[in-house]
Amino acid sequence: MRKGGRKTTSQRVDARRFCGEGRTHGHSDHHGCRLHVHVDRFEALGGQAPLDPLDPLDGEETRMRIALFVTCLGDVLFPDVARATVTLLERLGHEVVFPEAQTCCGQMHTNTGYQHDAAGLVRHHVDVFERALAEGCDAIVAPSGSCVGSVRHQHAAVARRAGDEPLAARAEVVAARTYELSELLVDVLGVTDVGAAYPHRVTYHPTCHSLRLLGVGDRPLRLLRAVRGIDLVELPAADTCCGFGGTFAVKNADTSTAILADKMSSVLTTRAEVVTAGDASCLMHIGGGLSRLRTGVRTVHLAEILASTT
Amino acid sequence: MSTFLGMPRGRVPGPPADTAVGQLTGERPFPAAARDALADTRLRRNLAHATATIRSKRAAVVGEVPDWEALRDAGSAIKADTMARLPELLEELERNVTARGGTVHWARDAAEANRIVLDLVRATGAHEVVKVKSMATQEIGLNEALEAAGITAHETDLAELIVQLGHDKPSHILVPAIHRGRSEIRDIFAREMADVDLETLTDEPSVLAAAARTHLREVFLRARVAVSGANFGVAETGTLAVVESEGNGRMCLTLPDTLITIMGIEKVVPTWRDLEVFLQLLPRSSTGERMNPYTSTWTGVTPGDGPQDVHLVLLDNGRTRALADDLGRTALHCIRCSACLNVCPVYERTGGHAYGSVYPGPIGAVLTPFLTGVTGGEDPNDSLPYASSLCGACYDVCPVKINIPDLLVELRAEHTEARAAAHHLPSPEAAAMAAAAWVMGDATRFARAGRAATTARHGIRRGRPLLPLPPPLNCWTASRDAPSPPAETFRDWWKRTRGGRS
Repeated sequence: MRKGGRKTTSQRVDARRFCGEGRTHGHSDHHGCRLHVHVDRFEALGGQAPLDPLDPLDGEETRMRIALFVTCLGDVLFPDVARATVTLLERLGHEVVFPEAQTCCGQMHTNTGYQHDAAGLVRHHVDVFERALAEGCDAIVAPSGSCVGSVRHQHAAVARRAGDEPLAARAEVVAARTYELSELLVDVLGVTDVGAAYPHRVTYHPTCHSLRLLGVGDRPLRLLRAVRGIDLVELPAADTCCGFGGTFAVKNADTSTAILADKMSSVLTTRAEVVTAGDASCLMHIGGGLSRLRTGVRTVHLAEILASTT
Repeated sequence: MSTFLGMPRGRVPGPPADTAVGQLTGERPFPAAARDALADTRLRRNLAHATATIRSKRAAVVGEVPDWEALRDAGSAIKADTMARLPELLEELERNVTARGGTVHWARDAAEANRIVLDLVRATGAHEVVKVKSMATQEIGLNEALEAAGITAHETDLAELIVQLGHDKPSHILVPAIHRGRSEIRDIFAREMADVDLETLTDEPSVLAAAARTHLREVFLRARVAVSGANFGVAETGTLAVVESEGNGRMCLTLPDTLITIMGIEKVVPTWRDLEVFLQLLPRSSTGERMNPYTSTWTGVTPGDGPQDVHLVLLDNGRTRALADDLGRTALHCIRCSACLNVCPVYERTGGHAYGSVYPGPIGAVLTPFLTGVTGGEDPNDSLPYASSLCGACYDVCPVKINIPDLLVELRAEHTEARAAAHHLPSPEAAAMAAAAWVMGDATRFARAGRAATTARHGIRRGRPLLPLPPPLNCWTASRDAPSPPAETFRDWWKRTRGGRS
């Protein structure tokens, strides 16, 4: 069973890359040394370093035990997405477990300014998934770039802000083993062809948090390109936000709608029947607009397309 | 060279910026101001066109730099170093400016800075000044302060001139008239320029530029006092630097007898070698040029050449307050390139005026509240950190890697905490959040709530609720259909089909 996870954030930032041979714009002796000191000291300066390449499973380690982090939205509003995730992973020969004590990652609270409330939810999430890892789960997966982004990028920070350093350390351990679905499939399970068939015209919207917080890159597209019968069309201005932004969509509803209008316009130019993404929340927003205008375009989560075989 | 390694916490914060003077606070919260801006079709068209143009220019010239990420890291590290030893660097700058014949003044806030400049201009006996484009002077409302004292300030940057002649406010850090189209500019020039030839004035950009050039030439030759900002101040030599595109800055910095520069204290850089990094980062990030046409540097007074009376006003106006906050100080790393404005989905649609502050867009939404302070009340600046979908495009393009989304999230927390501290009763939102956190704090409660939510599906027909939703949920259904809750939650399905396995 594969036990290796990602390195922690601090390990991922390699200060030496800012020094010496990596520099091409002169004075490397001067800036290089100072940068080295600074980057060692303030790891945050490194920002989002590229994720380490993970070793795909070799032939002997085919069956993984994967804990499903369903997300609160996936549980209550979009269970089809979560069920598709289970179907897909089981079809690939892996065991899926659902830690039933899980609730919510607290992202809405964190991003709306209620970090004290969020800290309690972070603690609960860490308790639940730490236990899952202790009970033999190799990885945690969520069909959401945004919730994985919160786990990986915010949980430890929320714990630290609440003055709970031990929780922050535990949150980092859980975060290091938590993957967004396309990351899990491509990086950990080493598959891009998941055996799906989906005979529809589809366009893909890369959600902001999967794109920028997690850096999933073209993993979802590689998975989609391998789907039988799919007519995958490129979305113009794909990397522009859809305007959802959690509570932003209601606090600044007019601006959110204006951004959504342009996203819908891009979707409509593709003449796609389906717009897909890795986040049910952004799809709820895009789909809510497309449906309100009776555009005849529907939203389908990436997991549902990948689970589809007809 | 000394290197300061720490980021000391718990310093005594300085006073917040003076919002009674200057342009750091609007009259309305962002959502209300944005609503009007969104309805302005001409504004929308101008912004969409201009931001898309600058975005693609920037992307092209950044893409051709092989070590762009290393440059960003260098810029970020130099700024972190500068902030960590700002007091000593400012004193070094002062020593070197003074040694070369300049005079350094320290201004605690906008009112003090305006008073210093006014006294200096009065001492020359001049009744007018020429100005190089400067965010610091916009921030403190210097033009208004001079005007009130009977001194005319002539903006000489083309876009600033358009704003000034239009009796308008800047809406962008770099392109202050971005909200204006060329036909509007033609109308402004026709109305406001006494000497313009209406017969030949068209809305061709070259014709408009020529009209501005003729209009300004006379002012340049006449003016005895110039006022500028500074992009950088080099501590090791006392050199100030202005980066510009039109040459108007060079005219202002060389022709008049008296030169007064207002510089935010965060603009100091330790050495000339540090300029090397920023002069690569800034033009590519801001105008999308490999190099800007004019980079002017001056060090005190050069006898017989250029201004003989040279002043530097170092402006705090809330900056030491931001500096005392270990997150807030990263907002001071900003070099005012405005790349974050051009990629922001919010800014692109609302424009800059909706932010109220002279610093709009993503960086303005963090810098402004850090400068003026978060009140927890109805202050319009408290709404700024919420004016973002947290998409993170700003962080990706920031040449000094300011993590704007993280700063926005932190300021949101500071806002709700300040509000809670100031009130006995929680806001409806805070109460709802606390209730949600209580429900979500336990799986049994959460499962029950989820099950209850599935019954709501009967209350939604074709995406519309049968009964009106209470605010703020009605803000969702105003423009989007509501998702219909499923018949069964995932966890109930799991229990039903996989009972016993967990």
